[in-house]
Amino acid sequence: MSLHTLTVAELAAGLRARRFSSLDLTLHFLGRIERLAPALNAFVTVTADHALADARAADELLARGEGGPLTGVPIAHKDIFCTDGVLTTCGSRMLSNFVAPYDATVVERWKASGTVLLGKTNMDEFAMGSSNETSWYGPVRNPWDPVRVPGGSSGGSAAAVAACLAPAASGTDTGGSIRQPAALTNLTGLKPTYGRVSRYGMIAFASSLDQAGVLTRSAEDAALFLTAMAGFDPRDSTSVDAPVPDYLAELSRPLKGLRVGVIREFFDKGLDVRVSQLVQDAIEALRAEGATVREVSLPALPLSVPTYYVVAPAECSSNLSRFDGVRFGHRCEAPRDLLDLYKRSRGEGFGDEVKRRIMTGTYVLSAGYYDAYYLKAQQVRQVIAADFARAFRDVDVVIGPTAPTPAFELGSKTSDPITMYLNDIYTIGANLAGLPAISVPCGFVQEGGRDLPVGLQLVGPHFAESLLLSVSHQYQQLTDWHRRLPEGYA
Amino acid sequence: MEWETVIGLEIHAQLATRSKIFSGSSTAFGAAPNTQANLVDLGYPGVLPVLNHEAVRMAVRFGLATGGTVARRSVFARKNYFYPDLPKGYQISQYELPVVQSGSLEIVLEDGTLKRVGITRAHLEEDAGKSLHEDFHGLSGIDLNRAGTPLLEIVSEPDMRSAKEAVAYMKKIHTLVRYLEICDGNMQEGSFRCDANVSVRPKGRKEFGTRAEIKNLNSFRFVERAINYEVGRQIDLIEGGGKVMQETRLYDPDRGETRSMRSKEEANDYRYFPDPDLLPLVIDEALIEAVRATLPELPDEKAARFVADHGLSAYDAGVLTASRELAGYYESVVTDLGGQHKLSANWVMGELSGALNRDGLEVAQSRVAAPTLAGLLARIGDDTISGKIAKEVFEAMWAEGKGADEIIDARGLRKITDTSAIEKAIDDVMAKSPQQLADYRSGKDKLFGFFVGQVMKATQGKANPAQLNELLKRKLSG
Repeated sequence: MSLHTLTVAELAAGLRARRFSSLDLTLHFLGRIERLAPALNAFVTVTADHALADARAADELLARGEGGPLTGVPIAHKDIFCTDGVLTTCGSRMLSNFVAPYDATVVERWKASGTVLLGKTNMDEFAMGSSNETSWYGPVRNPWDPVRVPGGSSGGSAAAVAACLAPAASGTDTGGSIRQPAALTNLTGLKPTYGRVSRYGMIAFASSLDQAGVLTRSAEDAALFLTAMAGFDPRDSTSVDAPVPDYLAELSRPLKGLRVGVIREFFDKGLDVRVSQLVQDAIEALRAEGATVREVSLPALPLSVPTYYVVAPAECSSNLSRFDGVRFGHRCEAPRDLLDLYKRSRGEGFGDEVKRRIMTGTYVLSAGYYDAYYLKAQQVRQVIAADFARAFRDVDVVIGPTAPTPAFELGSKTSDPITMYLNDIYTIGANLAGLPAISVPCGFVQEGGRDLPVGLQLVGPHFAESLLLSVSHQYQQLTDWHRRLPEGYA
Repeated sequence: MEWETVIGLEIHAQLATRSKIFSGSSTAFGAAPNTQANLVDLGYPGVLPVLNHEAVRMAVRFGLATGGTVARRSVFARKNYFYPDLPKGYQISQYELPVVQSGSLEIVLEDGTLKRVGITRAHLEEDAGKSLHEDFHGLSGIDLNRAGTPLLEIVSEPDMRSAKEAVAYMKKIHTLVRYLEICDGNMQEGSFRCDANVSVRPKGRKEFGTRAEIKNLNSFRFVERAINYEVGRQIDLIEGGGKVMQETRLYDPDRGETRSMRSKEEANDYRYFPDPDLLPLVIDEALIEAVRATLPELPDEKAARFVADHGLSAYDAGVLTASRELAGYYESVVTDLGGQHKLSANWVMGELSGALNRDGLEVAQSRVAAPTLAGLLARIGDDTISGKIAKEVFEAMWAEGKGADEIIDARGLRKITDTSAIEKAIDDVMAKSPQQLADYRSGKDKLFGFFVGQVMKATQGKANPAQLNELLKRKLSG
């Protein structure tokens, strides 16, 4: 078995047993990145020197019998996380020259766990997109079929892990940006509870929705990384000061007695029947292991997309004001005056989708429109959260598809933003309600002679990451969908 | 037509915290540009604000001291606009739910009556940086040291009816924030400044006229002059058939006039919305009680005590309590003397304040400390020197830094109480002034004062006045 096909848990065991060194591993992954990443366009920056230094340091620790389960494990970070001394672009021309002067908390904590930084992954510009086609650095391709998108906005992270260019990568999820790419590339993608992981150093898109998480090839791996990154951070006032459980230890919780709620509203006319069938099969597998299954209704959930496309643009219109060409980032050539500096720096620095959302957000916050749009959307958000809360009185987790279809072709939805936005119809609810959610592989559909992965989504109550991870892990003991790799990358 | 002026003030008091409201940078004034601005103050990608709770405690102090409601839950909001000295492109402020709501205070009008001025709200916000347009040819410099400094914006009701009332209100707030030790009140450094909303209406009408907002007034004198100018401008405009436009105006102290900065149409739409990076600010009863327990005696309470217990006039009590330090100085003198309230008050308000003003010193920097002044006043009390001589002694104490007794002895300033010495002086004066003596004796009683003056002159003011009076009366009547 090749090193790159191993899960993080398996790599960790090999490193501790000294079957291979972190340097061996790092060189192996750097070699694959050099060979395979360009065709996928998965990385914005490869940090080879950084990686080799990290690996040597990890090997010294391991030689002394020190370090933790992630010591020496190579990883990649989504290019939205500020990384000290490393280019941090957020997929935008605006930050194409921005070398971050500090580490995001997620970067700091993964580093403290002994991980080795291979590079920074491509993403939709400022995390705005569902196909990774809005990046200034060009689209990312799906390793399962290069004419298809990997999903977004964490598309580079998804493609890199799916193609075994990294064993795991960080992501961020504002409306599905971890889960949807995970579903489209056959990965396990965890979006923790809002406040579980610090947002400090993560370049903000929509602050009340953004949450950092991880893309891995198993739920067990996700548990390892969540352990490393979760917990209160005094630098983020919205991070929650609650104890971090032992996610790994709780993976063994059996499925028997688990109460599963199938979300009625998710099995609607927009859902691909093949995807629907695979999700139903997965639910049957859980039932066969002793879970009880019932249907639940979340009547306000269909309002998620319009609600999200008011709240998220409103916050982004304000969050992105700091990119003005004055202190960092792109500045236009020879500005005539202040207004010209602003207009051209921002006009040149931002792409169309970012501009569309800034304009939408500016509009919904304007005097005379605020009550009708922003305030109303926040009220609907409360109703959606209340729907989930009601469901969790009767069931432990709710379940459904992650995305309505498997990966679609590049360019097929770029001309119609609404169609693109509807790709997040099943994922946005968890962000609006601040709930933890996970996508796990549940099978494949065939299209054009290619296998295209499908994801199953689980959503739990606040801080129920342990439960989501254990259900996913138990499901992954019953199935091997998650161990399948795309042709040419195994 | 008779016009009535309506004024409301928005006062910005810089809170005296050591670090900024949302970052750990120092707030000290006067550092080299941009040396007190960290990544949070610079609005770098990915950084987040963390609230400084000391600023909250200070806002609570203000709320309690003005009888306001301290909101159990208030919300930070973003005020969005672009400017180079506003690094994030928005200012974190409070909008719909401010931390302090509906307080009030009383000001003394010129005729001595009291007037209540309502405080609509006080909210916490961060200051912007500074744009420096002078020093860079064709360019502007940006200094972000001030960016993120905590401000308490205190918004009054439109309760004031003249520039003098507005100044009295502003001075009252100025006194209060320094009593509360939440603001150093330094107006030159911009720690305390205000915007004035000014309108006029025909006397007796209920509706307000259209208002103009005069921005950034940083001295009491400017507030008074700017308002008076603006009132005149508005009345002239209306009487000339024109209309007052709602707009923002700037006061030019060199020309003594206000001029238009931007009209209502040009005003920004700030697109306020709750800041998602900060949780709602929750203030519990325990915090409010803890803050209440540390409140000092407030100026009005102190003044009332000076009137009731010390027998001072309301005016004197008001002057003494206008500064916490001055009141403290006075109380220290009184304590040392074991009374003599009126005498002490007169000296503190008179000679001491005069000397401080003349030398541009604060009370704490006084060259005559309170116990030293008490030592001087004791010599008046025990009749060692007259009040007049005491002033001379005070000047010497101020200049030389010595105690009263030392100066009195060195200069031989003790009162002459020796009857024969005083009689001798009287005899000399009478001998030199035969005409006046004759006039006096023929009925010109008023000349008594002339003889007192001459004898005092001859004794360099040291003759005991009571003794002198008695002896002089006897001798003059022959």
